[in-house]
Amino acid sequence: MAIAYAHESTADQRRANRTRAVEGRTVLCRVRRCDGPGKAGRWESFKVPVEPGMNVIACLKHIAQNPVTVDGNTTTPVVYDAGCLEEVCGACTMLINGMARQSCSCLIDEYAPLEGDTITLEPMTKFPVIRDLWVDRARLFQSLTRVKAWVPIDGTYALGAGPKESPEVQQDRYDMSECMSCGCCLEACPQFTIEPDEASWDTSFIGAHAISQARLFNGHATGKELKNDRLDELMNPGGVSECGNAQNCVKVCPKGVPLTESIATIGRQVTIRSFTRFFSGK
Amino acid sequence: MSQERVIIVGGGLAGLAAAVRIAEDGVPVDLFSMVPVKRSHSVCAQGGINACNEVARQQGYSEYQHFDETLYGGDYLADQNPVLEMTNWAPKIIDLLDRMGVPFNRTPEQNRDLRLFGGSLFKRTHFAGATTGQQLLYALDEQTRRFEAEGRITKHEFWEFLWPVTVGEGEDKRCVGITAQDMRTMQIRSFRGGAVVMATGGCGLIFGKSTNSVICTGGAASRCYQDGAWYANGEMIQVHPTAIPGADKLRLMSESARGEGGRVWVPRKKGDTRKATDIPEPERLYFLEEKYPDYGNLVPRDIASREIFDICVNQGMGVSGQNQVYLDLSHMDPDYLTRKLGGILEIYEKFVGDDPRHTPMRIFPGVHYSMGGMWTTYTPGSYEPRARHGVHNPGDAAPVDTEVGRGMELGAHNNMMTNISGLYAFGEVNFAFHGATRLGANALLSCIFDGLFSGVSVANYVRDGAPKSDPTSELDQGVFDRVTAQEQSKMERLLASGVGDSDPTDPTHNPYAIGHELGVEMTAASTVVKTGPRLEQCLTKLDELTERYQGVRLSDGSMWTNQTLSYARAVGDMLILARVIAQGGLLRKESRGSHYRTDYPDRDDPNFMKTTIGRFNPDGTCSIEFKPVRADLVEARARTYGGSSKSKKSEPRQETVATS
Repeated sequence: MAIAYAHESTADQRRANRTRAVEGRTVLCRVRRCDGPGKAGRWESFKVPVEPGMNVIACLKHIAQNPVTVDGNTTTPVVYDAGCLEEVCGACTMLINGMARQSCSCLIDEYAPLEGDTITLEPMTKFPVIRDLWVDRARLFQSLTRVKAWVPIDGTYALGAGPKESPEVQQDRYDMSECMSCGCCLEACPQFTIEPDEASWDTSFIGAHAISQARLFNGHATGKELKNDRLDELMNPGGVSECGNAQNCVKVCPKGVPLTESIATIGRQVTIRSFTRFFSGK
Repeated sequence: MSQERVIIVGGGLAGLAAAVRIAEDGVPVDLFSMVPVKRSHSVCAQGGINACNEVARQQGYSEYQHFDETLYGGDYLADQNPVLEMTNWAPKIIDLLDRMGVPFNRTPEQNRDLRLFGGSLFKRTHFAGATTGQQLLYALDEQTRRFEAEGRITKHEFWEFLWPVTVGEGEDKRCVGITAQDMRTMQIRSFRGGAVVMATGGCGLIFGKSTNSVICTGGAASRCYQDGAWYANGEMIQVHPTAIPGADKLRLMSESARGEGGRVWVPRKKGDTRKATDIPEPERLYFLEEKYPDYGNLVPRDIASREIFDICVNQGMGVSGQNQVYLDLSHMDPDYLTRKLGGILEIYEKFVGDDPRHTPMRIFPGVHYSMGGMWTTYTPGSYEPRARHGVHNPGDAAPVDTEVGRGMELGAHNNMMTNISGLYAFGEVNFAFHGATRLGANALLSCIFDGLFSGVSVANYVRDGAPKSDPTSELDQGVFDRVTAQEQSKMERLLASGVGDSDPTDPTHNPYAIGHELGVEMTAASTVVKTGPRLEQCLTKLDELTERYQGVRLSDGSMWTNQTLSYARAVGDMLILARVIAQGGLLRKESRGSHYRTDYPDRDDPNFMKTTIGRFNPDGTCSIEFKPVRADLVEARARTYGGSSKSKKSEPRQETVATS
C-alpha cells in the first residue's frame, strides 16, 4: 500500500503510515503565514527533525526556538492558538494537509512518515485570521447564546438534587456535551460561510454544533423550559432549514458528536413547533 | 457614584463559579481570561469530584470522614477549618451541578453513579464519563453565558493579566484593580475593581513538560507575589503517578483507570524483553499491591509516584529498562471499560497507538498540580472540637451527632483573601485545602467550593468593606496610570531587546531555550525525590538562568498578537516563582506528602507542621518563614496507608521525572 498523504486519508491509512515511519528523519513544515487582518498571506517552510511520537505542536515549538526558514531566512515564531494539548479544549484547530483537525492529536508519523515528507499547516478559512494560524472564533460562542445553551436554574443556593435520568438519556446527553466548540464542523460545512461583519451573525447559518447544543438542552428536564425559545431561533433565518444535508459535519467531528442526528431531531421539533405556533398563536 | 465591580482573573472552575455566585448577588463582574473560558485548563480533569453521598453514608462514611481523609492525605499541612467547610459543602455542590445539567453517570435506578478513588475505602467520587472536569466547566460556562447575555457578567477573553493595582503599604495595602493586555491588539490598560479574585490555576510550565495546559505558567501568581502577596507551600508540587510521556507534554492517565481496577506492574525479571501480554501472571510484580495490601493500586499519588520512581530509577526494573511501568486494564471487560473510561482510553490510543483494552499502557509520573499557591486567610466558623473526638478512625460516626459545625463563617470578608486586602485567590492558585498532597477528585471540589462559598465574601466585601467608604471609582486615575506605564515600559524593553541583530537560535538569550532549561532543572531537582545539595545546585542554576534572562532577546518585535512577548515576559516571572519553590524545598528539612527529602526521610511535626510563607524582596530574592498550621480539630497521625515505614534507605539519585 502506498503512503497516503491526501486529506482524504482514512484512519486506517494513517495508522499504517505510523508503522512505516522512519526514525531520525527530517520533515518539511510548510506554514501559511499572515501578519494580521487585511495583510497579504505568504508561505514559509521549515526543516524539523522528528522524534517518535511527535505532533504538530512539537513542530511549532521547535520552530519557535529556531525561527529560520528552509531558505536560511530569519523569521518570527509562528502564532497559533493552543491549550490543553489533549484534544479536549478545542483551541489548536487548524487545517493540516487541507483538513480541519486539532494539531495536538496530529502525529507527524501519520502524516509525514518518510524522510523529506511535507506537512502543510493553514488557518481555518471560515473565521477571520488574527495572525498566522490563529483565527477569531467569537462567532462560534455567540451562536451558543443564540440558542440559549444553558439550563435555567433558580440560582446557586442549596435546592436539592437535579432531575433523575436514565443511563441511556445520560449517555445520549454526554455524547452531545463532549462538543468542545472547536469549529471543525463549521469548516467542513458548505452552508457555513465566513462572516466578518458581526451584525450579520444573528441571521447567518448557525452551524451543526449549535443545533446539537439546542437538542442537548431540549432533552434535559429543566433545560426544556427554554425549548420554544431555542426552536423559534432555529426557525429564523440562519436556522436549521438552511442545512444542505451534506453531512460533512459528522464526518469531521473529532469527538463523534451525533451532529446529523441532532439536525434531524431539531428539524422535527421545529416542524411541530411551527404547527403549534400557527394554530395556537404562541 | 457608579457601582463597584468585581474583577475575576481566570475562567476555569474557580473563576466561573465565583463569577456566577457574585453576579447572582447583584454585583457586576468583569471576567478576564487568556483563552475563551470554555477552553480553560479545568477541561483536562478526568476522574471526578468527591462528596459524601447517601450510599457511602449508610456504610459509615460522612462529610467528617471526607474531611479527615483530606487532612490525612495532605499529611496535616492544611489549616483544618477551611477543609472542614469544604467537605461539608461537597454534597450540596454535587446537587447544584446536577441541577445545572452535568451528565453525571447514572445507575439503572437513575441515581448518580459512584466510583472508588485514591485515599478512600468508600465510593465517594461522582463522575461524568472520563471528562468530568470538562463537563463541570461546561455547566459553569453555560451559566456564565446566561449571565453574560443578561449583562451581569462582562467577559474579557484573550486578555492577559499583567499586574495588580494596589494602594497603601503593609497592612493597609489594598487591591483596587488590575492592569491587563489585549493579546491581539497588544493594548495595555488598567481596570478598576472593588475586589480582585485571582483564579489563575497552577504553574506546571515551570517544570517544562507537565500535565498542565500551555497557559499554566504561574505568571499571574508570580506577579502578585512580586507586588507583595505571600506565596505559601510552593514546594508542594504533586507529581501524578500515571502520565503518558510525550514530546510536547505529559498527558494524564486518570486515577480512575486504577479506580476501575487498573493494576500497576513490571516484569519480575529485570530486562525481560517479552511483550507484556506474553508474560504470565506469576512473573509479574504488582509492587503497589504487594507493599500496600489495603489500598493497593489506590495509594495516594505521592506514594504511588515514589514507588514507581523507585522501581525504575533505583532498582532499574522499568519496562524495557526505561522509565516506564505498565498500567494494566487488559484483564477487564472491554465493553465495561469503554462505558466507564472511554474518553481517557481514546486519548491513550490516539497519542500512543495501542488499545489499552487489550495492551497494558506504559506510564511514568509527571508534574500535575500545585498544592502551594497564594497565601489566604479566613474567619473560623462555629465548630468547637471536643477532646474525645480528637482522633477520628475510619468508619467512626461523625462527632457531635450529625451536626459537624461550620469550619468557616459564611460571608466573612476575609475568607480566601490574601495578605493584600481586596485581593482574593481561588482554586489551584489558592494554597488552602490540600496540604502536602491533594487527594484525587478533590481539586474540582476545592475550585467550585472557593467560587461558591468565598464568592459570598467577595460580594460582601465590595458592598460593606473598604470599597464602601472609599470606592475605587473615585480613586485618582494616576494610581492606575502608574501601573499601565510600568507595564508599557516593561514591554518596550523586551521588544527593543535586539530583535534580528543576533542568531535567533543561540540558546543563551532565547526565551524558549531558557524556559526549556528551567523546566529540565526544576523537574530534576524539585519533584519526586529531593536532597539539600541538589536543591542548592538548582538555586545556582536559577541564578544563571536569571542572569541570561536579563539579556533575553525576542525573535518577534511585532506590536500585533505577539505570543513570543507574552511567553518571554512569563519566563521572567516563572524564574522568580521557581526560586520560591526550590528555596522552600531546601529549607523544609523533613519529608511530608509530596515533598520527599532523602536526607530527611521522616515527617517532623514540631519543626515543620508549618506553612511555608515566601515573601518577595525587591532585589529578587525570597524570604521564607514557617508559620504553624491551625490544626485543632483532628490530631495528626502517621501517614502510612497500611504500608511499611515511609522512610526508605535508598541512594539519593537524581533523574528527570520524564525526559524533557
